[in-house]
Amino acid sequence: MVCDNCHERDAVVNLTTIENNAVRQLHLCEQCAAERGVETTVATPKHPLGEFLQAVQQQSMPASADAGKCAFCGLTMKDFRDTGRMGCARCYTTFESSMRELLRRVHGGPRHIGRPYRAPAEQVLEKAGVLGELRDKLRRAIEQEQFEVAAELRDRIKVLE
Amino acid sequence: MTLDLSLLPDGGVRWLDASGQHSDIVLSTRVRLARNVDGYAFASRARDGERLRVLAQVRDAIRQVPAMPQSFMVRVDELGAAERALLFERHLVSKELAGLEPQHPLRSGAAVYLSDGLSVMINEEDHLRMQSLQSGFELRAAYAALDRVDRELGARVPFSYHSEFGFLTACPTNVGTGMRASVLIHLPGLVLTKEIGRVLAGLQQMGLTYRGLYGEGSEVVGNFFQISNQTTLGRSEEDLLDQLIRVVGHVIEREEEGRRVLLRDAGYIIEDKLWRAYGTLRYARSLTFDEAMNYLSGVRLAVGLKLIRGLSVYTLNKLLIFSQAAHLSAAEARSLTESETNLARARYVRRALEEEAGSVG
Repeated sequence: MVCDNCHERDAVVNLTTIENNAVRQLHLCEQCAAERGVETTVATPKHPLGEFLQAVQQQSMPASADAGKCAFCGLTMKDFRDTGRMGCARCYTTFESSMRELLRRVHGGPRHIGRPYRAPAEQVLEKAGVLGELRDKLRRAIEQEQFEVAAELRDRIKVLE
Repeated sequence: MTLDLSLLPDGGVRWLDASGQHSDIVLSTRVRLARNVDGYAFASRARDGERLRVLAQVRDAIRQVPAMPQSFMVRVDELGAAERALLFERHLVSKELAGLEPQHPLRSGAAVYLSDGLSVMINEEDHLRMQSLQSGFELRAAYAALDRVDRELGARVPFSYHSEFGFLTACPTNVGTGMRASVLIHLPGLVLTKEIGRVLAGLQQMGLTYRGLYGEGSEVVGNFFQISNQTTLGRSEEDLLDQLIRVVGHVIEREEEGRRVLLRDAGYIIEDKLWRAYGTLRYARSLTFDEAMNYLSGVRLAVGLKLIRGLSVYTLNKLLIFSQAAHLSAAEARSLTESETNLARARYVRRALEEEAGSVG
């Protein structure tokens, strides 16, 4: 079937329009359909990271602050440009000035104003670690039917909790 | 390790039960938070041993988190490909965690904690990807449930946090709140009235973005769109949620308006098309995934417009999940070729619709 509009190309779009309460069927080629503002496919949005990496590429790297690699994980800015991923939390301080500029471009706002966070204190973590270890021992004791040991472990867990 | 999803209420798809607000248009609401455990390289750069230590540390902490009752852990790295695909199709893990993408092979230490409506992926792109899934348009409820898990877990495991940049994540597009809130929305009215292009362009101006049924990189099929916030830094969680709620509310109104226009101006054409979609699903002997999605979209619209009655939205929602390839293979207990999958899909859809056929009219 040829296009109802240009009468040249093959019609690929079947357009139903409603004008003055009358239904009209039009068979259009892709080009004529596009001219009438009918999109045949829904375009995928640009991914924010695409723009983001482009921004990284374009940015002239300040040699002083961002040269070298992250002391913790060994990531370099080149690695970041290749993958679009940071290697560890320390990378953000290692490449802080570049990151500040890039985050501002990607997100608009430069500062975190969401929920603040404070990591648990060392004692809490230590206690959690010890508790985890005791629980593992307790599980093994029960599996091996060492009930006296299990009772003792249970008491120690209770005290810590 | 074998996978037993019967431990979850409704096999982990209670979020499809259509109990939430506007559930004829909004299938589900999902909020996720990305967090990393301080002291380790991010998951893709960490060594195997580091990822296993992250897993052990999180496991100890989750046992003490009251906000995730009756949760259980699945070691994704110990599952076969078919079971990992099943978890992915059920929206319980991401494609990356399931190791189904060629550029992201399965990682040692990949695991997921599952409980009713809440899950925590471990060793995804970030050490922790916590998510909350709810039926319908329920952003505040979904966030509130997740916020509790985040606070309780964050009090037991040290998260990577920067006073200026907020929560630190592997990808800089997630830095700050680490929050991505989204709704899975069905917009056939806007697609059929050709309004969709304008609405989607508007979303991007409002700092929101959209994707297909399976998130990043997935195509739009069956008129299902996932709308979410695009930025995560410089605005509070509440602000980001408020904005999304406002805009999605507006999109729902536009969709309802589109449906009214369709019915008013092209009632008989629409009614005929939608019943044909139902007829195809009810009697076809072979269905590709895209075909099934598109016809299901039509039937879903017909139920929303009350042109087809007696068919539950829950049944239609479940068909979206259970008519996928890995689910059909699991149901038949063997791997299927593509043509066998299409036959099995048509059979499955037919049976599901047959069960409710008596009351359909």
